[in-house]
Amino acid sequence: MNASPTPAALYTVATLACACMLAIFASPGCGDFEAGADRAILNVSYDATRGFYRELNDEFARHWREKTGERIRVRMSHGGSGAQARSVMDGLPADVVTLALAGDIDAIARQSRLLPENWQGKLPHNSAPYTSTLGFLVRKGNPRDIHTWSDLAREGIQVITPNPRTSGVAQWNYLAMWGYALRRELGSDFVAKMNDPAHARDVARAQQVAREFVASVYRNVAVMDSGARSATNTFIQRGIGDVLINWENESLLGSRDLDAAGLEMIVPTVSILAEPTVAVVERTAERRGNTDLARAYLEFLYSDFAQDLAGRYYFRPVTEKALTKYAHQFPALELFTVDEVFGGWAEALRVHFRDGGTFDQIYAR
Amino acid sequence: MSNPSTSSSTARAAPINPSAAESPWVRWVLIAIALGFISLVLLLPLALVFRYAFGEGLGVYLAAIRDADTVAAIRLTLITAAIVVPLNTVFGVMAAWAIAKFEFRGKSLLITILDMPFAISPVVVGMIFVLLFGARGWLGPTLSQWGIQIIFTPIAIVIVVAFGTMPFVVRELVSLMQAQGSEEELAALTLGASGFQTFRRITLPNIKWGLIYGVILCNARAMGEFGSVYVVSGRIRGETDTMPLHIEALYNDYLLTASFAVASLLAMLAIVTLVVKSIVEWKIARDQAIATGDDPGD
Repeated sequence: MNASPTPAALYTVATLACACMLAIFASPGCGDFEAGADRAILNVSYDATRGFYRELNDEFARHWREKTGERIRVRMSHGGSGAQARSVMDGLPADVVTLALAGDIDAIARQSRLLPENWQGKLPHNSAPYTSTLGFLVRKGNPRDIHTWSDLAREGIQVITPNPRTSGVAQWNYLAMWGYALRRELGSDFVAKMNDPAHARDVARAQQVAREFVASVYRNVAVMDSGARSATNTFIQRGIGDVLINWENESLLGSRDLDAAGLEMIVPTVSILAEPTVAVVERTAERRGNTDLARAYLEFLYSDFAQDLAGRYYFRPVTEKALTKYAHQFPALELFTVDEVFGGWAEALRVHFRDGGTFDQIYAR
Repeated sequence: MSNPSTSSSTARAAPINPSAAESPWVRWVLIAIALGFISLVLLLPLALVFRYAFGEGLGVYLAAIRDADTVAAIRLTLITAAIVVPLNTVFGVMAAWAIAKFEFRGKSLLITILDMPFAISPVVVGMIFVLLFGARGWLGPTLSQWGIQIIFTPIAIVIVVAFGTMPFVVRELVSLMQAQGSEEELAALTLGASGFQTFRRITLPNIKWGLIYGVILCNARAMGEFGSVYVVSGRIRGETDTMPLHIEALYNDYLLTASFAVASLLAMLAIVTLVVKSIVEWKIARDQAIATGDDPGD
């Protein structure tokens, strides 16, 4: 008994191992925390923006220092857009939010009153400094000849899209198919027709066709993952399916070198427009004395540098100059919005994705 | 002692274990199934973590784990464990001491409460603390008036991890202490030892291996906790990301190699933990063997 090591001695070994690791990581040359910054703002963003904001923040800090002489730092938080909005309402001290959906920022404005409800009018382009749409990732050479939404309903095509009950992008996929079918039935002025009582009968018939169409696409879904990331994994790493529907920017992000991965990207010419929106969380920024910095930061998103950077990260820029530059990368498309076709997100969620909603009805059959 | 006929038959049968009297073929198939299952479920995933981590070479691996955000995540994870483990060790010993050596009203209620962190899903644990300290919660608005922020800071992470790992030491010790009874302590007290002396000279040496075992489990969980931390951390890169959160974030950013590089570090911590745990288990077995060997028998 006396010869056996004491508990303290044994546990010291374990702590020593940890201490060694700490020493390795605390060594110079890594872990530059820019402790010299005078001020910091917190940007609460969603999952797919990390690379973009990392580069943008460095440039903004440089820009701000040149202009004012002050050294600043932008802290980042990333996560699912809805979860991030809830965190801000629960007290995450965001100076600015840059989320995937206007609806998420609306929720913050309505429920916690940290910013005015008219926030979306405070910056150009409805406070959306970059946009995106959906793209089809297919195997190289496009062996199944997939070009548009209707090809997804063809017999024998294996579609990979996550579950709309659990995944945000899957809801966009679903609504894009639905909107495409309405557009096909009603013609290019379908949005106007949907608001015109004179066409009520045509619209009702088109809605029925759209429902059948969406149902036939979901019959072709080979694997329904719970989220976008795992769906991408299923398609690229596991090699299952003929086509993956995902964000245009994220498909390109997931496999920067599509060619090497044996893939190519097809963007359907009629599709849905996503407008990730940004806003200053005014009460938080004011309390922390960051209002000027937060405003300048979001305005910087419309600068030539930021717009160009957005294009490099496969977001669609909004200013003329950047749009011209990236015209080859982003072919002109006919894009509709959720507001136009589905009467806004709240309504779309209520009709299609609640328990027993349209998705449940068509998928159960 | 045992009767002579049994002992002679054991002596003759010694080379062949009667339980292994199956045909060699059956034995090998069973062993193969067991080993195959273990490799498939345990070893293969572990090997894959390291394969992906080093998939793009050592340079990429080192760059990934020396990234400022990764370093911060490792630091926060270690700091959290360094606060939580001693806290729960001291608390665990006190609680186990009280439960095992004393009788008092509400004891079974206390035991139930101590088991609660295991019964509640980690995500719910996180939600509880958001409800308590969040801006829309019970204490949040008051605290923020005083300029105190708890949720979405490392403090919140320490709190939820401490909550989630509380039962490990207690559970390990209560059964051990109850089995040992309190005769030795009573003897010490009779001989005039003070309470603390009794604890230090009698109780602590008796429970030391069980204590270390509990501490190790507590430490492993403190470093690996994901669900509750995810809810209360706010996921500010470089500030409130722990290692498990950072792995998930990197994976979501399509940085597969970096994500597996950090995962391999966590896996290595787990392996160190397992090795220490095996040593401790071996020590416990040995101590028990010595104890029963010294025992004159009935």
